[in-house]
Amino acid sequence: MSKPDPDIEAIIAREYSAGFVTDIETDAVAPGLNEDVIRLISEKKAEPEFMLEWRLRAYRHWLTMSAPAWAQVHYPPIDYQSIVYYAAPKTDKDRPKTLDEVDPKLLETYEKLGIPLQERALLAGVAVDAVFDSVSVATTYKDKLAELGIIFCAFSEAVREYPELIQQYLGTVVPHTDNFYAALNAAVFSDGTFVYIPKGMRCPMELSTYFRINTANSGQFERTLIVADEGSYVSYLEGCTAPRRDDNQLHAAVVELITLRDAEIKYATVQNWYPGDADGRGGIYNFVTKRGRCRGANSKISWTQVETGSAITWKYPSVILEGDNSIGKFYSVAITNNHQQADTGTKMIHLGKNTKSTIVSKGIAAGHGSNAYRGLVRIAKSAAGARNYTRCDSLLMGDQCGAHTFPYIEVKNATAIAEHEATTSKISDDQLFYLRTRGMSEEDAVNMIVNGFCKEVIKELPMEFAVEAQKLLAVSLEGAVG
Amino acid sequence: MLSIKNLKVNVDGKSILQGLDLEVKAGEVHAIMGPNGSGKSTLAQVLAGQEQFRIVDGEIRYDGNDLSTLKPEQRAHAGIFLAFQYPVEIPGVSNIYLLKAAVNAARRARGAPELDAMDFLAVVKEKLKLVDMPETFLYRAVNEGFSGGEKKRNEILQLLLLEPRLAILDETDSGLDIDALKIIANGVNSLRSAQRAFVLVTHYQRLLDYIKPDRVHVLAGGRIVRSGGAELALELEERGYGWIEAETGAGA
Ligand SMILES: Nc1ncnc2c1ncn2[C@@H]1O[C@H](COP(=O)(O)OP(=O)(O)O)[C@@H](O)[C@H]1O
Ligand SMILES: [Mg+2]
Repeated sequence: MSKPDPDIEAIIAREYSAGFVTDIETDAVAPGLNEDVIRLISEKKAEPEFMLEWRLRAYRHWLTMSAPAWAQVHYPPIDYQSIVYYAAPKTDKDRPKTLDEVDPKLLETYEKLGIPLQERALLAGVAVDAVFDSVSVATTYKDKLAELGIIFCAFSEAVREYPELIQQYLGTVVPHTDNFYAALNAAVFSDGTFVYIPKGMRCPMELSTYFRINTANSGQFERTLIVADEGSYVSYLEGCTAPRRDDNQLHAAVVELITLRDAEIKYATVQNWYPGDADGRGGIYNFVTKRGRCRGANSKISWTQVETGSAITWKYPSVILEGDNSIGKFYSVAITNNHQQADTGTKMIHLGKNTKSTIVSKGIAAGHGSNAYRGLVRIAKSAAGARNYTRCDSLLMGDQCGAHTFPYIEVKNATAIAEHEATTSKISDDQLFYLRTRGMSEEDAVNMIVNGFCKEVIKELPMEFAVEAQKLLAVSLEGAVG
Repeated sequence: MLSIKNLKVNVDGKSILQGLDLEVKAGEVHAIMGPNGSGKSTLAQVLAGQEQFRIVDGEIRYDGNDLSTLKPEQRAHAGIFLAFQYPVEIPGVSNIYLLKAAVNAARRARGAPELDAMDFLAVVKEKLKLVDMPETFLYRAVNEGFSGGEKKRNEILQLLLLEPRLAILDETDSGLDIDALKIIANGVNSLRSAQRAFVLVTHYQRLLDYIKPDRVHVLAGGRIVRSGGAELALELEERGYGWIEAETGAGA
């Protein structure tokens, strides 16, 4: 530990393994944002009138807002007029019906990332709605799901095919007025995913979408809406990885989850945006609004996330616990290495009686990373008997990094209980030495300790995702010790 | 197998080992005894590759090769094992996960195929019986919440699984009741062979009632001040260390 190790230096110098660019031709509009660009986006997607109106309302509201400045992150001001707001792969003009019709270059890209789309879809029984840049390219298992009354499709398709569902639920969890990035997303969102699980249906497979930013300077504005009708259940997986870039890229997604009575949504994310090089150049800015609304009694929403990428992450998957006895959960691992910054956490808003929430946050900071947990637990007057349990652990590697915890707890009902525990620890030399005497390399030893630290969160992930997440943790921390 | 000559080691600038010599041949069992703070654990840790301890002079040869250039994991791969006096806790890492990783690291190092989960489970269950540990220990976090005796037994479990060529046991007998002591002795005795050597760091003669050493050494003031056969341990038990320190002029 004490002396610099040449092997460690070599590992540090190793490049991001997903950092390559695929040269698919892109159909993009000129940079900049105004009402004409929004009309163009809407037109290109053949949207109904209500959608355009909604976008324009959001845009006009966005013009009155400014970017939040309270988070524990630092970056140069973003020039929103230099961003490209619409980009679609050329193949969109001739939308593929099956994987065979998909641009082989694209499939190759997934291949390089170790995401064999076809294998995953066919062998793992996972339906995949792959979002490449801003347009859904391949959707599998859709028909099978359709037989069960389950809708799993590109957002743009849902807008055309199921306008009444979209109108009924869109923006009911994250209104366009919610925050700066949510307003921007509402104005310009390009595509994303829509899921509807009908009454009493237990979705028989994990639904999964892989995102990947590919076009230089094209901001990504995904929009996801998942509605679980009464007594239904769905588990949804979101994963992403981005190729290497020199310019910082803005990603401002919105995810809305809605559960009606007795319904449950499990939403898992393994996030691997390109974090920037060792000096912090070129990474993704990930400003995401994710929120769930337990509208019905006895309904459940859980967020599980493994955040390893991005130059900057600003993200608070939250749950509004409206229905009596509803349950919200948040399990998170966030890693910051090199010059990465993360300001992430959750909000649990208790409105219904006997609502329960659990928050388990594991922050790992290495290199010059800065890791902030920001959590709000608000228990309203109406939430008699509400319970919250929060655990917030930070692991520091080296002495150049930092971890900060900002818990905000507001309890307005005397019968409610909110518990908060927080720890900060360092990987000890004794632990490393012990594992190395058992034949593990220093890197493997670090990974083992980190995986142990994150175990409570990792075990919430579906099996194949858990394996992927562990690999990601290892890649993210390469060179963190020395 | 192990040859230590004039070894001098500093810890935080303080001189702990001050010219230690030790020869251990394959097939032998050596006991190292000595007062508290005399440097026994320091020696054990230096052999395992603890980098915080600086070798300022002398040499350690293992199979004729200089050991000081090898990392701890490379020493493990070369068949050196240390049972720690104070095994560390590793929260969230299940014991079986560590055991399997350790066994497979050793197997890889000697070119043997790795064991899969099923094969490993069969092997580890056998060894668990030998140290009288219930299977539940496999699924608990490494050493977390283990009693002192359980930690020691877990070290012996690793010894049995890894079958090292040179095993160093640092006070594995301390704080154990007589039944646990026998278990540990049985574990060690079951591995005794002409190819394998043991270095037992201990305070007490009673371990040596069950594991008969070929040589007994007294470490005091950072050096081996006396060596003898098994009878030396009995003499120490009777007379303590003071007389040797007085005779050799080694202050502890
Ligand atoms: N990490 C350390 N930092 C400073 N001094 C140490 C450290 N480890 C051991 N020592 C000192 O080295 C000496 C020898 O310790 P040790 O080898 O543990 O003795 P023993 O095992 O024979 O009881 C003691 O004086 C002890 O205080
Ligand atoms: Mg000791």
